[in-house]
Amino acid sequence: MREIVVLSGKGGAGKTSITAAFAALARNAIVCDLDVDAPDLHILLSPKDTAAEEFVSGNLAQVEASDCDGCGVCREICRFEAVSVGEDGKAVIDPHRCEGCKACVALCPRRAIAFPPRVCGYFAVSASRFGPFVHARLDPGGENSGRLVALLKRRARELAEKAGHELIVCDGAPGIACPVISALSGASLAVLVVEPTPSGTHDFARVAKLCDHFKLPTGVIVNKADLNPEETARLEALCRQAGRPVLGRLPYSPDVTRAMKAKVTLPEYGGPLAGDIARLWEATNALAQTCAKAK
Amino acid sequence: MRIAIASGKGGTGKTTVSAALASVWTEAVSRPVLAADLDVEEPNLHLFLRPVITEAHVANLEIPVIDAAACTRCGACREICQFGAVTILGDTPLVFDDMCHGCGACLAVCPVAAMSPGAREVGRVEEGAAGSIAFVNGRLRVGEAMSPVLIRAVTARVNGKLAALPESERPDVLLDAPPGVSCPAQNAVATADVIVLVVEPTPFGIHDFALAVEAFAPLGKPLTVVVNKAGEASPELDALCRRENLPVLAAIPDDRAIAEGYARGRLLPEMSPACRALCLDLARQLAALRPEARHA
Repeated sequence: MREIVVLSGKGGAGKTSITAAFAALARNAIVCDLDVDAPDLHILLSPKDTAAEEFVSGNLAQVEASDCDGCGVCREICRFEAVSVGEDGKAVIDPHRCEGCKACVALCPRRAIAFPPRVCGYFAVSASRFGPFVHARLDPGGENSGRLVALLKRRARELAEKAGHELIVCDGAPGIACPVISALSGASLAVLVVEPTPSGTHDFARVAKLCDHFKLPTGVIVNKADLNPEETARLEALCRQAGRPVLGRLPYSPDVTRAMKAKVTLPEYGGPLAGDIARLWEATNALAQTCAKAK
Repeated sequence: MRIAIASGKGGTGKTTVSAALASVWTEAVSRPVLAADLDVEEPNLHLFLRPVITEAHVANLEIPVIDAAACTRCGACREICQFGAVTILGDTPLVFDDMCHGCGACLAVCPVAAMSPGAREVGRVEEGAAGSIAFVNGRLRVGEAMSPVLIRAVTARVNGKLAALPESERPDVLLDAPPGVSCPAQNAVATADVIVLVVEPTPFGIHDFALAVEAFAPLGKPLTVVVNKAGEASPELDALCRRENLPVLAAIPDDRAIAEGYARGRLLPEMSPACRALCLDLARQLAALRPEARHA
C-alpha cells in the first residue's frame, strides 16, 4: 500500500490542483482531502452518495449559571484565557478558546461546570469519478484538526484494505503544525509543491525540515517555475544537494484557474499542462513505489 | 486602531496586502504603524518588509516535570489529562512532552505536589523595525504542533509594546493573520477593530472566502474585502459581497508583472504608480473606519 501526501507549507502553491490531477491519473486510488480547515478538493471531484458522520472530539467546559457563585477559581486556573466574567458576575467560557482540558471542571469548588462532548465538524466518505473520496470539514474556530486528519487517514486505509486499493492520494493542509504533522504520519512519500517566490521558498524549507524531522521521504515539484527562473534553478540545485528528488516543474498558467472554473482536473482539461502533469505523476508514482518497498 | 488582514484560503495575498499597507501607512494617514505577523507556522511578512531584528525571545509552554521519588503513583494526573500526555508505564510516571497542551490541570490535582513546572520551547518571538515600521513576528519551532501558544505570545508582545507608549504615540497595528478559519485565525481577528478579507476570484478562493465570512461576520466587526488577482468579472463573488453587505475596498489586478514582482520579493506600491495609488487609497479607506471616527 502506498500513501502519497501533497504538501507545500504555503497556501496557494497549487496543492489541490495537483492532487486532483494525480487522482485522475492514478487508477484505483482512494482520494483524501486532509485540509479540514478549508477543504477545496470536492469542488473538482463533485462527490456523490455522501455518507457523513458528526466528528465528536474532546469536551467543552460549560458553566451552569445557576450553580456558579462567581468565586473566580476557574478564571484563575484557565491557561487559555477562555473564562471571562459575565454581567451577572458569573463565569462565562468562550468555546473558541476552551481547549477542553478539564482543569476548571475538576477545581470548581461548587462543581458548577459541565463537560459535554464537543461536536467539531463532520467527516464523510463519498463516491467520485476517480474512486472513493474521503473528506471532512472542521467547524469554524474548531479544535483538534490533527485528530480529524488522523481519523480521515484511518478511514482511507480501512477502505483501501477492504476494497483492495493499492494507493491513497492525500491533499495536505497548509502550514507545519498540528494538522500537517498528523497528515505526515504513516505516509510513504510527501510531495512538496513549491513556488519560486520568497514566501514559497521560505515555507518549503520549513515543511521540508518537518518531513526530515519525521524521517519521511520527499519529492519536489516546482510550480509556476517560470515566474522566477533563477530562483527555480537555485531551488532545484538545493534539492539535489540535499538528495531530495526533483520530480519536475509546472509553468505559471491561467489554465489552472480555467480548469478549476470548469470544475475539472488538469488531465481532463487538456492543453499543454496535461502532458506536464502526466510526466509528474509517472515520476511521483515510481518514487512512491520505491519508498513503500523500502519501508 | 487594529486591522487584521485575513483570508479563508492560503496564498490569496494576505502578506502582499499586509506588507503593502505597512509600507505606505504613515505616508497615507500620518500615523505610526506596527506590523505583526501572526502566521507563526509560515511567517513571511519579514521577507517583504525586511526588518532589522533587534530582539528575540524564546516562547515556552509550561509542561509538567514529575519527581518520581515524591510520586505515589495515585494516577490523578493521568486521569485528569485530556490529551494523553501523562501516563504510568509499569512503575514509571511519564510525561509525553509533545502531547502536553500546558493546561496545568495535572499540577493542580497532584495530591502530593510531585509535579513541578518545566518548559517546552514552542518557538521564538522576534521584534525590530523596518525603517519607521515597528515589527513583531513569531516563528514556530519545526516539529511543534501547538501554534496558538506562540500566537498568544506574539499578541502579548504587541500589547506590551503599545502599553509602554503614551496613548498619543501608539501606532496603528496591522495583523497578518494565519490563513483559514480555525482557532488561530479566529483568535487573531478577534482582537481587531476592522477585518480585511483578501480573496482571489477563483472557485477555491470564493468557496473559502464564504467560509471566512460565515466565521467572522458573527464577531460584529466591520468586515471589508480586497480582491487580489482580479481578472474577469466574478458574478458569484459580487453577489456574495452584496448579500453580506461587504464593501470591496480595492481590487489588485491579475497581472503577470505583479506575480513576477512578488516572486522577486518586491512590495506592491513599488511595482507601478497605479499600484502605489491603490495602496495609498486602501490605507486611507481603512483609517476612516477607525472606531473613534465611526462613532463621531
